[in-house]
Amino acid sequence: MTLKAGDQVPEFTLRRGDGSEFTRADLEGKTTVLVFYPFAFSPVCTDQLNLYDEVLDDFGAAGATLYGVSCDSTYAQTAFQDRLGVRIEQLSDFEPKGETCRAFGVYHPGGFPQRALVIVGPDARVLWSYQADSPGELPGANLIFDALAPA
Amino acid sequence: MTELGSAPVPELGPEDHVRGPEDGRVLIEYGDFECPYCAAMSERLAGMACRLVFRHFPVRSSHPRAWPAACAAEAAGLQGRFWEMHDLLFADQGRLEDPHLWQRAETLGLDLERFERDRRSPDVEARVKRDFRSGVRGGVVTTPTVFADGRMHAGRFESL
Repeated sequence: MTLKAGDQVPEFTLRRGDGSEFTRADLEGKTTVLVFYPFAFSPVCTDQLNLYDEVLDDFGAAGATLYGVSCDSTYAQTAFQDRLGVRIEQLSDFEPKGETCRAFGVYHPGGFPQRALVIVGPDARVLWSYQADSPGELPGANLIFDALAPA
Repeated sequence: MTELGSAPVPELGPEDHVRGPEDGRVLIEYGDFECPYCAAMSERLAGMACRLVFRHFPVRSSHPRAWPAACAAEAAGLQGRFWEMHDLLFADQGRLEDPHLWQRAETLGLDLERFERDRRSPDVEARVKRDFRSGVRGGVVTTPTVFADGRMHAGRFESL
């Protein structure tokens, strides 16, 4: 099951585009939106990143940093990002494959991340999470902005 | 901070581009001039006796010419020819570069200097952006998306 609001984020390691590590420590002190998506270059993932990128400045204004997370290799993710021309940084869960996705409860039995959104607060606790009913469903950016709104 | 939070898409308002019979069923389309499915949708909607509202939903990374095309339609609108430009853009999506936009403006007999100034103006950009943001708030994630009788129909749907 996807981590829920209030859950502590477990230790994890993802890889940035330059191969360096991105861990739980990188979540601390800021609000982060992790956008788990099934596959680089697949149609819905393309629409999703394009749409979120179009309002990326608004996410920044709402105090949040977005990252795309998939099990694709860093090279594939970088190529995907370049191809789309989006600014959203990509994080790779390639090896051991899907380990971070499993830790967040968003690993699909088919071997890829569920389409899920996890917002993590500055204390590395989950503020909000959302898992699409099917990987083909694209959650609107409005849902993230609703979740980022102060209670 | 929350200005893109969920909200119903605005009803038909005085600033909207609208055509079709006044007593027709109101269909509000969020579209992108570089999107082939939107072109197909516009053909389909043209054949329906509806009151059609067109709002811009250009996503630049999918369609690099969607924004310039949307601004061109707005600039034509400032000279009273929005729908003519809308139709000309959808009629030939392979030609959306600047010279192609000028060509269309010429075809429509627009004041070219004014067209050129307007399509690059902050007001026109703000107008397109306002449409886009109202769509985001309403949950639009893809084009075309049509709102009819308060319901959202996203993508290439069969029934309207």
